[in-house]
Amino acid sequence: MTLRAVPALTIALLLLPIGAGLLGTLLPAFGLLPAIGGQALSLEPWRSLFEAPGLGTAIRLSVSTGLAATLLSLALVLGFCAAAHDTRSFGRMQAALAPILATPHAALAIGFAFLIAPSGWILRLLSPWATGWDRPPDLVTVQDPLGIALVLGLCLKEVPYLLLMTLAALAQVRAAPALAVARTLGYGPVLAWLKVVAPQLWPQLRLPVYAVLAFSLSVVDVALVLGPSNPPTLAVMVVRWFADRDVALWFPAAAGALLQAGIVAGAIALVFGIERLARPIGRSWIFAGRRGGEGAWLARGASVLLALILAASLLAILALAVWSFSGIWRFPDALPQAWSLATWRAQGQALAAPIAATLGLASASTLLALVLVLLCLEAESRFALPPGRGATLILYLPLLLPQIAFLFGLQVVLVRLRLDGMAVAVVWAHLLFVLPYVYLSLADPWRALDPRMLRAAVALGAGPWRCFLAVKLPLLLRPMLAAAAVGFAVSVSLYLPTLFAGAGRIATLTTEAITLAAGSDRRVLGAYALVQAVLPLLVYGTAIALPAWHHRNRAGMSVR
Amino acid sequence: MSGAALTLSGIRLSLGGAMLLALPPVSVAPGEIMTVMGPSGCGKSSLLAFLCGTLAPAFRAEGRVLLGGEDVTHLAPQRRRIGILFQDDLLFPHLSVAENLAFGLPPGVRGRAAREARITAALDDAELPCFGSRDPATLSGGQRARVSLMRALLAEPRALLLDEAFARLDAALRERMRRFVFDHAARLSLPVLQVTHDLEDAVSAAGSLMRLPGPGCAATLERGPGS
Repeated sequence: MTLRAVPALTIALLLLPIGAGLLGTLLPAFGLLPAIGGQALSLEPWRSLFEAPGLGTAIRLSVSTGLAATLLSLALVLGFCAAAHDTRSFGRMQAALAPILATPHAALAIGFAFLIAPSGWILRLLSPWATGWDRPPDLVTVQDPLGIALVLGLCLKEVPYLLLMTLAALAQVRAAPALAVARTLGYGPVLAWLKVVAPQLWPQLRLPVYAVLAFSLSVVDVALVLGPSNPPTLAVMVVRWFADRDVALWFPAAAGALLQAGIVAGAIALVFGIERLARPIGRSWIFAGRRGGEGAWLARGASVLLALILAASLLAILALAVWSFSGIWRFPDALPQAWSLATWRAQGQALAAPIAATLGLASASTLLALVLVLLCLEAESRFALPPGRGATLILYLPLLLPQIAFLFGLQVVLVRLRLDGMAVAVVWAHLLFVLPYVYLSLADPWRALDPRMLRAAVALGAGPWRCFLAVKLPLLLRPMLAAAAVGFAVSVSLYLPTLFAGAGRIATLTTEAITLAAGSDRRVLGAYALVQAVLPLLVYGTAIALPAWHHRNRAGMSVR
Repeated sequence: MSGAALTLSGIRLSLGGAMLLALPPVSVAPGEIMTVMGPSGCGKSSLLAFLCGTLAPAFRAEGRVLLGGEDVTHLAPQRRRIGILFQDDLLFPHLSVAENLAFGLPPGVRGRAAREARITAALDDAELPCFGSRDPATLSGGQRARVSLMRALLAEPRALLLDEAFARLDAALRERMRRFVFDHAARLSLPVLQVTHDLEDAVSAAGSLMRLPGPGCAATLERGPGS
């Protein structure tokens, strides 16, 4: 095994299961799955898909919630950056983002449900003094038929993600001097940002936005917690059919999974089309030269909205903790009457197995991803193989494809290979999602390494492997651990990949929490979701603390 | 066009409690070019950022900036109408040459035809006819510098600041570009303040010269206007 072959191997590790999985979904969608009696090509799966009750509503829900969550998040992030880029709070934002990004979607969604439910924390804080209610009102807030709770729940996670991507892209375009020029030419801060910085950012923001769009359109775990249930969104409907005892439902489910992929492709094409249309409009807008005003109220408004989103996330996590430690807690009381460890004592034993499974999967997939990514980057620089646009697209492929479109097919293939439910299959499935994030967070720091440092090492007689092990890796300790923390958080949050590749036999904190979310015991659910949220945070904290401690006597290695 | 003096009174900049720079009261007359020289790190660029209103909030600044009779010290950068040219031309890479110029042209010039006419005139003036649709990245350094000046002038500034504006150009081009900038500023009778560490810039400007010593000392006005 030579280093030169690692990039190809890595690409194969990503493409092989995705390709096999897509094929394994495609064939049953046209009637072919001999194991359960699908012997001949037919359009019957599609016929029964389109005859399924509620399908039209499910499609409409998927499209409306997915587009709304993406566009709302994007508008909030761009609006905030445009309006508040020269305020003091802007610089401090990055530190506040990381813990929220590390928190799994499912935990945030469950905590958010605890906040907005009719008997949830927000109404408890407002009752009875403001609302007059002394019992939970008969309102539908969670799982509302329009999917508003789902859209808001998705925004909680997507706003910080897009904001982080924007901040990373901002570091690449020299925004500050360009803004100074625009200001001295008479432009207000908001229009200066929108006309000068935003168009330069967009090329780097495009793929993350598409990934957010694909995720929002096809999300399952958050939709199970916050989305409407009858009919649910298309992705949830399809997963229900796959999970049904009646295997005949797998045929329309496979067709539905392909339809889901088509919807995502169509939505991405739509956004791409909007972008093409907006370009000439934007150019003549810039050409007309309007300067815009101070935008002070806009800056304040955008900052308040963003602070609300971040506060809701933090409150959601807090709500999980409060519920898991609560004893008696009657409705309008803002806090429990009594605190208790009863839930934790009762669940302690049961929690151990999913914690171990979650830790094992996350550690294995992250470690594997880290080694592969480091070797890929090393091969890239040693053999001067610049990663092309194609490689970037392949990396984004698992994030752009709806998971449901290839995970069922992958399960079919795994069953054929007798690998379904095996740890190696689940780790591989996790790797598909962990590796892209590890690569994306490590590639920039790697390329920013001062090449003179390496030339100095070579001049001192160090061979390529010694350079790699004794110079590059130690210098990159901080970003390496940060990338590992990201990978770990991604693995912890995965729901469908664990469910399908694990054949339902591997229970992680995420799969358990989502199963429990269908029930009604908030204390137990709070405990599971809290552990799910805390694990990645602990790893993230370690990833910050460890390099700081290791480099404590090296001023040159401190964060600037 | 303009014809108002740029007056600086009692300007002191400090960073983290340490005095960076203190200027004697000076006034730059319309059409005059004042040169500020000093070693790097003496706060030259910070002075210009303060005059534009884009000084980072970490700095503490005292003193007043007047344009004619108007105190602009506390105006937002976009309200001051003080133009600036940097070492880098900072043409926006996502816009064509013409769109860069349109960016500077005030919105009061309405209608595509009227705006295009003004841009064409500016390009002719910069000896760059037919360059409008070009990508700025395909222009030479001297061409880009001229477009950058035209963009600043189209915004109808009341004063012009030069932040080592000629340092990046090669020696042969530098004197031509100086003449180009100084002639345009004189024609519009703009007060010009340039900071540089190239004595040639000061000689060519033939205006008053102020030397900034190292950080913490007061500056001295060395040479009166026209001497």
